Amino acid sequence: MLNDWLYIGIFMVLSLFLPAAALVIAGILGPKKPSPIKNSTYECGIETVGDTWVQFKAQYYVYALVFLIFDVETIFLYPWALAYNQMTFFMIMEAVIFILILLGGLIYAIRKGVLEWQ
Amino acid sequence: MPVFPSDPYGFLTQWFNNLLLHQGLPETTVRLISFAVGSLILVLGSLLFCLLLIWAERKIGGRVQDRLGPNRVGPYGIVQAVADMMKIFTKEFVTPAGVDKVVYNLAPVLSVAAVIMIWAVIPFTITFFGTDLNVGVLYIVAVGGLAEMGIVMAGWGSNNKFALLGAFRAVAQLISYEVPMVVALLLPVMLSGSMKLSEIVRSQDVWYIITAPVAAAIFFITSLAENGRAPFDLMEAESEIVAGFNVEYSGLKFGFFFVGDFLHAFTIALLFSVLFLGGWRGPAADQIPILGFFYLGIKTAIVYFFGLLVRFSLPRFRIDQMMNLNWKMLTPLSLGILIATALVDKGSANLLSSMAPTARLIVRSIILVLANVLVVWSFSDIFDVALGKRPRPVVALEPRPVARPEQPPTPTEGGTP
Repeated sequence: MLNDWLYIGIFMVLSLFLPAAALVIAGILGPKKPSPIKNSTYECGIETVGDTWVQFKAQYYVYALVFLIFDVETIFLYPWALAYNQMTFFMIMEAVIFILILLGGLIYAIRKGVLEWQ
Repeated sequence: MPVFPSDPYGFLTQWFNNLLLHQGLPETTVRLISFAVGSLILVLGSLLFCLLLIWAERKIGGRVQDRLGPNRVGPYGIVQAVADMMKIFTKEFVTPAGVDKVVYNLAPVLSVAAVIMIWAVIPFTITFFGTDLNVGVLYIVAVGGLAEMGIVMAGWGSNNKFALLGAFRAVAQLISYEVPMVVALLLPVMLSGSMKLSEIVRSQDVWYIITAPVAAAIFFITSLAENGRAPFDLMEAESEIVAGFNVEYSGLKFGFFFVGDFLHAFTIALLFSVLFLGGWRGPAADQIPILGFFYLGIKTAIVYFFGLLVRFSLPRFRIDQMMNLNWKMLTPLSLGILIATALVDKGSANLLSSMAPTARLIVRSIILVLANVLVVWSFSDIFDVALGKRPRPVVALEPRPVARPEQPPTPTEGGTP
Protein backbone atom coordinates (compact mmCIF):
# COMPACT_ATOMS: atom_id res chain seq x y z
CA MET A 1 0.00 0.00 0.00
CA LEU A 2 2.61 2.53 1.11
CA ASN A 3 4.99 1.05 -1.44
CA ASP A 4 2.47 1.82 -4.19
CA TRP A 5 2.36 5.47 -3.25
CA LEU A 6 6.13 5.61 -2.91
CA TYR A 7 6.34 4.35 -6.47
CA ILE A 8 3.77 6.90 -7.63
CA GLY A 9 5.74 9.63 -5.90
CA ILE A 10 8.99 8.63 -7.58
CA PHE A 11 7.19 8.29 -10.89
CA MET A 12 5.63 11.76 -10.61
CA VAL A 13 8.94 13.39 -9.74
CA LEU A 14 10.64 11.65 -12.68
CA SER A 15 7.88 12.45 -15.15
CA LEU A 16 8.09 16.12 -14.17
CA PHE A 17 11.88 16.16 -14.03
CA LEU A 18 12.70 14.58 -17.40
CA PRO A 19 10.66 17.01 -19.57
CA ALA A 20 11.95 19.91 -17.48
CA ALA A 21 15.52 18.70 -18.00
CA ALA A 22 14.90 18.45 -21.74
CA LEU A 23 13.65 22.05 -21.74
CA VAL A 24 16.76 23.22 -19.90
CA ILE A 25 19.03 21.39 -22.38
CA ALA A 26 17.13 22.89 -25.30
CA GLY A 27 17.47 26.32 -23.70
CA ILE A 28 21.25 25.89 -23.51
CA LEU A 29 21.55 24.55 -27.07
CA GLY A 30 19.34 27.12 -28.76
CA PRO A 31 20.39 30.62 -29.75
CA LYS A 32 19.38 33.57 -27.59
CA LYS A 33 18.77 36.75 -29.60
CA PRO A 34 15.80 38.56 -28.07
CA SER A 35 14.65 41.86 -29.50
CA PRO A 36 11.70 44.09 -28.55
CA ILE A 37 9.87 43.36 -31.81
CA LYS A 38 10.41 39.63 -31.55
CA ASN A 39 9.26 39.54 -27.96
CA SER A 40 6.10 41.53 -28.50
CA THR A 41 2.77 39.83 -28.06
CA TYR A 42 1.56 38.07 -31.19
CA GLU A 43 -1.74 39.40 -32.43
CA CYS A 44 -1.69 38.99 -36.22
CA GLY A 45 0.70 41.91 -36.66
CA ILE A 46 -1.49 44.47 -34.92
CA GLU A 47 -0.43 46.34 -31.80
CA THR A 48 -2.23 44.97 -28.76
CA VAL A 49 -4.75 47.20 -27.07
CA GLY A 50 -5.36 47.25 -23.35
CA ASP A 51 -4.96 44.59 -20.73
CA THR A 52 -4.84 40.91 -21.69
CA TRP A 53 -6.81 39.55 -18.79
CA VAL A 54 -10.12 40.96 -19.95
CA GLN A 55 -13.57 40.18 -18.64
CA PHE A 56 -14.84 36.83 -19.85
CA LYS A 57 -18.20 35.33 -20.58
CA ALA A 58 -20.22 34.59 -17.47
CA GLN A 59 -21.46 31.41 -19.12
CA TYR A 60 -18.18 29.63 -18.50
CA TYR A 61 -18.96 30.13 -14.82
CA VAL A 62 -22.35 28.41 -15.17
CA TYR A 63 -20.75 25.42 -16.87
CA ALA A 64 -18.18 25.24 -14.12
CA LEU A 65 -20.95 25.19 -11.51
CA VAL A 66 -22.86 22.39 -13.24
CA PHE A 67 -19.61 20.47 -13.67
CA LEU A 68 -18.85 20.81 -9.99
CA ILE A 69 -22.20 19.31 -9.00
CA PHE A 70 -21.82 16.32 -11.28
CA ASP A 71 -18.18 15.71 -10.51
CA VAL A 72 -18.84 15.56 -6.79
CA GLU A 73 -21.78 13.27 -7.48
CA THR A 74 -19.69 10.79 -9.45
CA ILE A 75 -17.02 10.78 -6.78
CA PHE A 76 -19.77 9.80 -4.34
CA LEU A 77 -20.75 7.00 -6.66
CA TYR A 78 -17.30 5.38 -6.77
CA PRO A 79 -17.51 3.77 -3.31
CA TRP A 80 -20.99 2.57 -4.21
CA ALA A 81 -19.75 0.99 -7.44
CA LEU A 82 -16.91 -0.69 -5.54
CA ALA A 83 -19.30 -2.31 -3.09
CA TYR A 84 -21.83 -3.13 -5.80
CA ASN A 85 -21.25 -6.89 -5.80
CA GLN A 86 -22.00 -7.21 -2.08
CA MET A 87 -25.16 -5.11 -2.18
CA THR A 88 -28.78 -6.15 -2.06
CA PHE A 89 -31.34 -4.88 -4.54
CA PHE A 90 -32.71 -2.44 -1.98
CA MET A 91 -29.34 -0.74 -1.54
CA ILE A 92 -29.02 -0.36 -5.30
CA MET A 93 -32.40 1.36 -5.37
CA GLU A 94 -31.19 3.99 -2.91
CA ALA A 95 -28.28 4.91 -5.19
CA VAL A 96 -30.63 4.90 -8.18
CA ILE A 97 -32.89 7.40 -6.42
CA PHE A 98 -29.83 9.53 -5.70
CA ILE A 99 -28.87 9.50 -9.40
CA LEU A 100 -32.45 10.21 -10.45
CA ILE A 101 -32.60 13.30 -8.26
CA LEU A 102 -29.44 14.60 -9.90
CA LEU A 103 -30.79 13.72 -13.35
CA GLY A 104 -33.79 15.83 -12.40
CA GLY A 105 -31.40 18.68 -11.68
CA LEU A 106 -29.78 18.24 -15.08
CA ILE A 107 -33.15 18.22 -16.84
CA TYR A 108 -34.11 21.36 -14.93
CA ALA A 109 -30.91 23.05 -16.06
CA ILE A 110 -31.54 22.03 -19.68
CA ARG A 111 -35.17 23.17 -19.66
CA LYS A 112 -34.17 26.43 -18.00
CA GLY A 113 -31.87 27.06 -20.95
CA VAL A 114 -28.75 27.38 -18.80
CA LEU A 115 -26.81 24.90 -20.92
CA GLU A 116 -27.69 26.68 -24.17
CA TRP A 117 -24.55 28.19 -25.67
CA GLN A 118 -25.15 31.81 -26.65
CA MET B 1 10.14 -17.98 -10.33
CA PRO B 2 9.88 -16.17 -13.65
CA VAL B 3 11.92 -17.54 -16.53
CA PHE B 4 13.49 -15.34 -19.15
CA PRO B 5 11.85 -16.15 -22.49
CA SER B 6 8.26 -16.18 -21.24
CA ASP B 7 8.51 -13.29 -18.79
CA PRO B 8 11.55 -11.08 -19.46
CA TYR B 9 10.39 -8.17 -17.31
CA GLY B 10 9.67 -10.25 -14.22
CA PHE B 11 12.93 -12.12 -14.69
CA LEU B 12 14.98 -8.95 -15.02
CA THR B 13 13.28 -7.33 -12.01
CA GLN B 14 14.06 -10.31 -9.83
CA TRP B 15 17.61 -10.57 -11.15
CA PHE B 16 18.21 -6.87 -10.48
CA ASN B 17 16.75 -7.06 -6.95
CA ASN B 18 18.82 -10.13 -6.12
CA LEU B 19 21.93 -8.47 -7.49
CA LEU B 20 21.44 -5.48 -5.18
CA LEU B 21 20.56 -7.63 -2.18
CA HIS B 22 23.73 -9.66 -2.63
CA GLN B 23 25.72 -6.44 -2.42
CA GLY B 24 24.61 -6.24 1.20
CA LEU B 25 22.28 -3.28 0.77
CA PRO B 26 19.29 -2.98 3.15
CA GLU B 27 15.93 -3.98 1.72
CA THR B 28 14.45 -0.46 1.78
CA THR B 29 17.30 0.91 -0.28
CA VAL B 30 16.97 -1.91 -2.77
CA ARG B 31 13.27 -1.20 -3.10
CA LEU B 32 13.89 2.52 -3.59
CA ILE B 33 16.50 1.86 -6.26
CA SER B 34 14.39 -0.67 -8.11
CA PHE B 35 11.38 1.70 -8.00
CA ALA B 36 13.50 4.51 -9.37
CA VAL B 37 14.92 2.33 -12.16
CA GLY B 38 11.50 0.90 -12.99
CA SER B 39 9.82 4.28 -13.25
CA LEU B 40 12.77 5.66 -15.20
CA ILE B 41 12.30 2.86 -17.74
CA LEU B 42 8.59 3.62 -18.06
CA VAL B 43 8.96 7.41 -18.30
CA LEU B 44 11.86 7.30 -20.74
CA GLY B 45 10.18 4.50 -22.68
CA SER B 46 6.97 6.43 -23.11
CA LEU B 47 8.84 9.60 -24.12
CA LEU B 48 10.90 7.74 -26.72
CA PHE B 49 7.89 5.77 -27.87
CA CYS B 50 6.35 9.12 -28.71
CA LEU B 51 8.84 9.47 -31.60
CA LEU B 52 7.35 6.37 -33.19
CA LEU B 53 3.84 7.65 -32.50
CA ILE B 54 4.52 10.94 -34.28
CA TRP B 55 5.71 9.06 -37.34
CA ALA B 56 2.74 6.66 -37.24
CA GLU B 57 0.26 9.45 -36.87
CA ARG B 58 1.71 11.47 -39.75
CA LYS B 59 1.93 8.42 -41.97
CA ILE B 60 -1.61 7.21 -41.26
CA GLY B 61 -2.94 10.76 -41.47
CA GLY B 62 -1.27 11.14 -44.84
CA ARG B 63 -2.75 7.92 -46.13
CA VAL B 64 -6.25 8.79 -44.88
CA GLN B 65 -6.10 12.15 -46.63
CA ASP B 66 -4.61 10.69 -49.81
CA ARG B 67 -1.12 12.04 -49.24
CA LEU B 68 2.16 10.20 -48.80
CA GLY B 69 3.15 11.40 -45.37
CA PRO B 70 6.83 11.46 -44.37
CA ASN B 71 8.82 9.35 -46.85
CA ARG B 72 12.30 10.88 -47.16
CA VAL B 73 14.28 10.27 -43.97
CA GLY B 74 14.97 6.57 -43.62
CA PRO B 75 12.82 3.70 -44.88
CA TYR B 76 9.18 4.86 -45.07
CA GLY B 77 10.30 8.08 -43.42
CA ILE B 78 10.57 6.34 -40.08
CA VAL B 79 13.45 8.50 -38.80
CA GLN B 80 11.62 11.71 -39.67
CA ALA B 81 10.52 12.26 -36.07
CA VAL B 82 14.09 11.86 -34.81
CA ALA B 83 15.33 14.45 -37.29
CA ASP B 84 12.50 16.79 -36.26
CA MET B 85 13.38 16.32 -32.61
CA MET B 86 17.03 17.15 -33.21
CA LYS B 87 16.01 20.27 -35.06
CA ILE B 88 13.54 21.44 -32.44
CA PHE B 89 16.16 21.02 -29.71
CA THR B 90 18.29 23.73 -31.31
CA LYS B 91 15.51 26.28 -31.73
CA GLU B 92 15.37 29.55 -29.85
CA PHE B 93 12.89 30.07 -27.03
CA VAL B 94 11.07 33.28 -27.84
CA THR B 95 9.58 34.42 -24.55
CA PRO B 96 7.16 37.28 -25.14
CA ALA B 97 7.25 40.30 -22.90
CA GLY B 98 4.98 40.32 -19.88
CA VAL B 99 4.45 36.59 -19.49
CA ASP B 100 4.05 35.01 -16.08
CA LYS B 101 7.45 33.25 -16.04
CA VAL B 102 6.70 30.37 -13.67
CA VAL B 103 3.27 29.53 -15.05
CA TYR B 104 4.41 29.97 -18.64
CA ASN B 105 7.35 27.57 -18.29
CA LEU B 106 5.57 25.03 -16.12
CA ALA B 107 2.65 24.57 -18.53
CA PRO B 108 4.38 22.46 -21.24
CA VAL B 109 6.11 20.30 -18.63
CA LEU B 110 2.82 19.67 -16.89
CA SER B 111 0.96 18.79 -20.06
CA VAL B 112 3.52 16.07 -20.84
CA ALA B 113 3.87 14.86 -17.26
CA ALA B 114 0.11 14.52 -16.76
CA VAL B 115 -0.07 12.02 -19.61
CA ILE B 116 3.02 10.04 -18.60
CA MET B 117 1.75 9.72 -15.03
CA ILE B 118 -1.15 7.60 -16.29
CA TRP B 119 1.37 5.00 -17.47
CA ALA B 120 2.33 4.32 -13.85
CA VAL B 121 -0.77 2.20 -13.24
CA ILE B 122 -1.37 0.51 -16.60
CA PRO B 123 -0.89 -3.28 -16.44
CA PHE B 124 0.94 -4.25 -19.64
CA THR B 125 1.22 -7.93 -18.67
CA ILE B 126 0.64 -9.86 -15.45
CA THR B 127 4.11 -8.93 -14.23
CA PHE B 128 4.93 -5.80 -16.25
CA PHE B 129 3.28 -2.79 -14.64
CA GLY B 130 4.47 0.27 -12.78
CA THR B 131 2.44 -0.27 -9.66
CA ASP B 132 -0.89 -1.91 -9.01
CA LEU B 133 -2.63 0.93 -7.22
CA ASN B 134 -5.80 -0.07 -5.39
CA VAL B 135 -7.51 3.16 -6.51
CA GLY B 136 -6.18 2.96 -10.06
CA VAL B 137 -9.25 4.29 -11.86
CA LEU B 138 -9.60 7.21 -9.46
CA TYR B 139 -5.90 7.96 -9.93
CA ILE B 140 -6.37 8.08 -13.71
CA VAL B 141 -9.29 10.51 -13.36
CA ALA B 142 -7.32 12.70 -10.96
CA VAL B 143 -4.15 12.76 -13.05
CA GLY B 144 -6.16 13.36 -16.22
CA GLY B 145 -7.34 16.60 -14.64
CA LEU B 146 -3.74 17.81 -14.50
CA ALA B 147 -3.57 18.02 -18.29
CA GLU B 148 -6.33 20.63 -18.20
CA MET B 149 -4.27 22.57 -15.69
CA GLY B 150 -1.39 22.63 -18.17
CA ILE B 151 -3.57 24.10 -20.89
CA VAL B 152 -5.17 26.67 -18.61
CA MET B 153 -1.78 27.70 -17.28
CA ALA B 154 -0.46 28.09 -20.83
CA GLY B 155 -3.37 30.29 -21.81
CA TRP B 156 -3.34 32.37 -18.65
CA GLY B 157 0.41 32.85 -18.44
CA SER B 158 0.99 33.80 -22.07
CA ASN B 159 -0.20 37.41 -21.83
CA ASN B 160 -2.08 37.04 -25.10
CA LYS B 161 -5.79 37.44 -25.73
CA PHE B 162 -5.96 34.59 -28.23
CA ALA B 163 -4.22 32.26 -25.83
CA LEU B 164 -6.64 33.26 -23.09
CA LEU B 165 -9.61 32.63 -25.38
CA GLY B 166 -8.24 29.20 -26.17
CA ALA B 167 -7.78 28.48 -22.48
CA PHE B 168 -11.37 29.47 -21.73
CA ARG B 169 -12.63 27.19 -24.42
CA ALA B 170 -10.40 24.43 -23.12
CA VAL B 171 -11.80 24.80 -19.61
CA ALA B 172 -15.37 24.68 -20.85
CA GLN B 173 -14.71 21.68 -23.08
CA LEU B 174 -12.48 19.59 -20.87
CA ILE B 175 -14.42 19.94 -17.64
CA SER B 176 -17.69 19.31 -19.45
CA TYR B 177 -16.48 16.10 -21.04
CA GLU B 178 -15.00 14.90 -17.80
CA VAL B 179 -18.48 14.29 -16.35
CA PRO B 180 -19.66 11.54 -18.77
CA MET B 181 -16.15 10.08 -18.84
CA VAL B 182 -16.04 9.62 -15.09
CA VAL B 183 -19.54 8.12 -15.12
CA ALA B 184 -18.60 5.76 -17.96
CA LEU B 185 -15.54 4.66 -15.98
CA LEU B 186 -17.91 3.70 -13.15
CA LEU B 187 -19.24 0.75 -15.16
CA PRO B 188 -16.04 -1.34 -15.34
CA VAL B 189 -15.54 -0.54 -11.65
CA MET B 190 -19.07 -1.66 -10.89
CA LEU B 191 -18.94 -4.86 -12.96
CA SER B 192 -15.55 -5.93 -11.62
CA GLY B 193 -16.03 -4.64 -8.09
CA SER B 194 -12.55 -3.16 -7.96
CA MET B 195 -10.68 0.00 -8.90
CA LYS B 196 -7.44 -1.92 -9.40
CA LEU B 197 -6.69 -2.02 -13.12
CA SER B 198 -5.19 -5.51 -12.89
CA GLU B 199 -8.33 -6.69 -11.10
CA ILE B 200 -10.50 -5.12 -13.82
CA VAL B 201 -8.49 -6.92 -16.50
CA ARG B 202 -8.68 -10.20 -14.62
CA SER B 203 -12.46 -10.02 -14.18
CA GLN B 204 -13.09 -9.62 -17.91
CA ASP B 205 -14.12 -13.17 -18.75
CA VAL B 206 -16.41 -11.38 -21.17
CA TRP B 207 -14.93 -8.13 -22.44
CA TYR B 208 -16.68 -5.09 -21.01
CA ILE B 209 -17.18 -3.72 -24.49
CA ILE B 210 -19.78 -6.50 -24.82
CA THR B 211 -21.41 -6.15 -21.43
CA ALA B 212 -21.19 -2.34 -21.36
CA PRO B 213 -21.04 -1.18 -25.00
CA VAL B 214 -22.62 2.21 -24.38
CA ALA B 215 -20.17 3.02 -21.62
CA ALA B 216 -17.33 2.02 -23.95
CA ALA B 217 -18.65 4.30 -26.68
CA ILE B 218 -19.06 7.18 -24.24
CA PHE B 219 -15.56 6.64 -22.89
CA PHE B 220 -14.13 6.63 -26.42
CA ILE B 221 -15.92 9.83 -27.47
CA THR B 222 -15.17 11.71 -24.28
CA SER B 223 -11.54 10.70 -24.25
CA LEU B 224 -11.22 12.00 -27.81
CA ALA B 225 -12.66 15.27 -26.53
CA GLU B 226 -10.33 15.28 -23.53
CA ASN B 227 -7.47 14.83 -25.94
CA GLY B 228 -8.62 17.97 -27.75
CA ARG B 229 -8.01 16.88 -31.30
CA ALA B 230 -9.78 17.12 -34.58
CA PRO B 231 -13.52 16.95 -34.13
CA PHE B 232 -13.10 18.54 -30.71
CA ASP B 233 -10.15 20.86 -31.37
CA LEU B 234 -11.98 24.06 -30.53
CA MET B 235 -9.36 25.14 -28.06
CA GLU B 236 -6.69 25.40 -30.74
CA ALA B 237 -8.87 26.20 -33.73
CA GLU B 238 -6.32 27.67 -36.13
CA SER B 239 -8.89 29.43 -38.26
CA GLU B 240 -10.63 31.09 -35.32
CA ILE B 241 -8.13 31.91 -32.59
CA VAL B 242 -4.79 31.51 -34.43
CA ALA B 243 -3.59 28.55 -32.37
CA GLY B 244 -5.25 29.01 -29.05
CA PHE B 245 -3.43 28.41 -25.81
CA ASN B 246 -0.05 27.60 -27.38
CA VAL B 247 0.29 30.61 -29.69
CA GLU B 248 3.09 32.25 -27.69
CA TYR B 249 5.25 29.14 -27.37
CA SER B 250 8.23 28.29 -29.52
CA GLY B 251 10.88 25.62 -29.86
CA LEU B 252 10.71 22.61 -27.59
CA LYS B 253 8.12 24.24 -25.31
CA PHE B 254 5.73 24.27 -28.24
CA GLY B 255 6.83 20.76 -29.12
CA PHE B 256 6.01 19.48 -25.68
CA PHE B 257 2.35 20.34 -26.08
CA PHE B 258 2.37 18.07 -29.11
CA VAL B 259 4.36 15.35 -27.39
CA GLY B 260 1.66 15.40 -24.72
CA ASP B 261 -1.03 15.38 -27.39
CA PHE B 262 0.39 12.42 -29.37
CA LEU B 263 1.10 10.48 -26.22
CA HIS B 264 -2.38 11.19 -24.87
CA ALA B 265 -3.95 9.77 -28.04
CA PHE B 266 -2.06 6.54 -27.50
CA THR B 267 -2.67 6.47 -23.76
CA ILE B 268 -6.43 6.65 -24.15
CA ALA B 269 -6.23 3.75 -26.61
CA LEU B 270 -4.24 1.83 -24.00
CA LEU B 271 -6.77 2.66 -21.31
CA PHE B 272 -9.64 1.69 -23.56
CA SER B 273 -8.13 -1.70 -24.26
CA VAL B 274 -7.35 -2.26 -20.58
CA LEU B 275 -10.78 -1.24 -19.36
CA PHE B 276 -13.02 -2.54 -22.12
CA LEU B 277 -11.07 -4.95 -24.34
CA GLY B 278 -9.65 -7.28 -21.73
CA GLY B 279 -6.15 -5.77 -21.46
CA TRP B 280 -3.46 -8.44 -21.72
CA ARG B 281 -5.99 -11.27 -21.68
CA GLY B 282 -5.88 -13.75 -24.52
CA PRO B 283 -5.07 -17.37 -25.25
CA ALA B 284 -2.20 -18.62 -23.05
CA ALA B 285 -1.43 -15.15 -21.69
CA ASP B 286 -1.67 -16.45 -18.13
CA GLN B 287 1.17 -18.91 -18.62
CA ILE B 288 3.36 -16.83 -20.92
CA PRO B 289 3.13 -13.19 -19.76
CA ILE B 290 5.02 -11.81 -22.76
CA LEU B 291 2.14 -12.90 -25.00
CA GLY B 292 -0.16 -10.57 -23.06
CA PHE B 293 2.08 -7.70 -24.05
CA PHE B 294 1.46 -8.46 -27.72
CA TYR B 295 -2.28 -8.92 -27.22
CA LEU B 296 -2.48 -5.56 -25.48
CA GLY B 297 -0.36 -4.04 -28.25
CA ILE B 298 -2.64 -5.33 -30.98
CA LYS B 299 -5.81 -4.18 -29.21
CA THR B 300 -4.31 -0.77 -28.51
CA ALA B 301 -3.15 -0.37 -32.09
CA ILE B 302 -6.66 -1.05 -33.37
CA VAL B 303 -8.27 1.47 -30.99
CA TYR B 304 -5.54 4.01 -31.75
CA PHE B 305 -6.13 3.56 -35.46
CA PHE B 306 -9.85 4.23 -35.01
CA GLY B 307 -9.04 7.37 -33.07
CA LEU B 308 -6.81 8.54 -35.93
CA LEU B 309 -9.52 7.78 -38.49
CA VAL B 310 -11.92 9.97 -36.53
CA ARG B 311 -9.33 12.70 -36.26
CA PHE B 312 -8.47 12.83 -39.92
CA SER B 313 -11.92 12.47 -41.40
CA LEU B 314 -14.32 14.59 -39.34
CA PRO B 315 -14.61 18.38 -39.48
CA ARG B 316 -14.58 20.52 -36.37
CA PHE B 317 -17.72 20.92 -34.27
CA ARG B 318 -19.27 24.28 -33.51
CA ILE B 319 -19.01 25.09 -29.82
CA ASP B 320 -22.75 24.90 -29.22
CA GLN B 321 -22.91 21.51 -30.94
CA MET B 322 -20.09 20.30 -28.79
CA MET B 323 -21.75 21.47 -25.59
CA ASN B 324 -25.08 19.99 -26.66
CA LEU B 325 -23.46 16.65 -27.43
CA ASN B 326 -22.03 16.57 -23.96
CA TRP B 327 -24.68 17.99 -21.68
CA LYS B 328 -27.81 16.91 -23.51
CA MET B 329 -26.73 13.53 -24.85
CA LEU B 330 -23.69 11.95 -23.24
CA THR B 331 -24.30 12.99 -19.63
CA PRO B 332 -27.94 11.82 -19.39
CA LEU B 333 -27.09 8.71 -21.40
CA SER B 334 -24.20 7.79 -19.14
CA LEU B 335 -26.32 8.22 -16.02
CA GLY B 336 -29.15 6.24 -17.64
CA ILE B 337 -26.87 3.40 -18.60
CA LEU B 338 -25.44 3.35 -15.08
CA ILE B 339 -28.91 2.99 -13.56
CA ALA B 340 -30.00 0.40 -16.13
CA THR B 341 -26.90 -1.75 -15.71
CA ALA B 342 -27.07 -1.61 -11.92
CA LEU B 343 -30.74 -2.59 -11.82
CA VAL B 344 -30.65 -5.25 -14.53
CA ASP B 345 -27.48 -6.91 -13.29
CA LYS B 346 -28.72 -7.06 -9.69
CA GLY B 347 -32.24 -8.01 -10.73
CA SER B 348 -31.08 -10.97 -12.80
CA ALA B 349 -28.54 -12.17 -10.21
CA ASN B 350 -31.02 -14.53 -8.54
CA LEU B 351 -32.07 -15.96 -11.86
CA LEU B 352 -28.47 -16.55 -12.93
CA SER B 353 -27.16 -18.05 -9.69
CA SER B 354 -28.67 -21.46 -10.44
CA MET B 355 -26.94 -21.77 -13.84
CA ALA B 356 -23.66 -23.38 -14.83
CA PRO B 357 -20.72 -20.89 -14.93
CA THR B 358 -20.42 -20.76 -18.74
CA ALA B 359 -24.15 -20.46 -19.31
CA ARG B 360 -24.29 -17.77 -16.64
CA LEU B 361 -21.66 -15.69 -18.43
CA ILE B 362 -23.44 -15.96 -21.76
CA VAL B 363 -26.92 -15.22 -20.42
CA ARG B 364 -25.63 -12.35 -18.31
CA SER B 365 -23.91 -10.72 -21.29
CA ILE B 366 -27.04 -11.13 -23.43
CA ILE B 367 -29.20 -9.54 -20.74
CA LEU B 368 -26.77 -6.63 -20.33
CA VAL B 369 -26.52 -6.06 -24.09
CA LEU B 370 -30.30 -6.00 -24.31
CA ALA B 371 -30.45 -3.49 -21.45
CA ASN B 372 -27.94 -1.30 -23.31
CA VAL B 373 -29.93 -1.45 -26.52
CA LEU B 374 -33.11 -0.65 -24.65
CA VAL B 375 -31.58 2.40 -22.98
CA VAL B 376 -30.22 3.79 -26.25
CA TRP B 377 -33.55 3.18 -27.96
CA SER B 378 -35.50 4.94 -25.23
CA PHE B 379 -33.06 7.83 -25.23
CA SER B 380 -33.17 8.36 -29.00
CA ASP B 381 -36.47 10.23 -28.65
CA ILE B 382 -35.04 12.55 -26.04
CA PHE B 383 -32.00 13.23 -28.21
CA ASP B 384 -34.13 14.30 -31.15
CA VAL B 385 -35.84 16.88 -28.98
CA ALA B 386 -32.66 18.00 -27.24
CA LEU B 387 -30.84 18.58 -30.52
CA GLY B 388 -33.78 20.47 -32.00
CA LYS B 389 -34.50 17.93 -34.74
CA ARG B 390 -38.07 17.76 -33.48
CA PRO B 391 -39.90 20.53 -31.61
CA ARG B 392 -40.44 19.86 -27.95
CA PRO B 393 -43.96 18.39 -27.52
CA VAL B 394 -46.30 21.10 -26.37
CA VAL B 395 -48.12 20.06 -23.24
CA ALA B 396 -50.62 22.88 -22.80
CA LEU B 397 -52.27 23.93 -26.06
CA GLU B 398 -55.24 25.80 -24.62
CA PRO B 399 -54.48 29.19 -23.10
CA ARG B 400 -54.94 28.95 -19.40
CA PRO B 401 -57.44 31.21 -17.65
CA VAL B 402 -55.72 34.09 -15.91
CA ALA B 403 -56.76 35.30 -12.52
CA ARG B 404 -56.39 38.96 -13.37
CA PRO B 405 -57.53 40.31 -16.76
CA GLU B 406 -54.71 41.83 -18.72
CA GLN B 407 -56.41 45.24 -19.19
CA PRO B 408 -58.49 46.34 -16.23
CA PRO B 409 -61.83 47.87 -17.31
CA THR B 410 -61.58 51.63 -17.39
CA PRO B 411 -63.90 53.23 -14.86
CA THR B 412 -66.66 55.12 -16.67
CA GLU B 413 -67.26 58.79 -15.95
CA GLY B 414 -69.94 59.44 -13.39
CA GLY B 415 -70.53 55.80 -12.61
CA THR B 416 -73.38 53.59 -13.68
CA PRO B 417 -76.90 54.00 -12.42
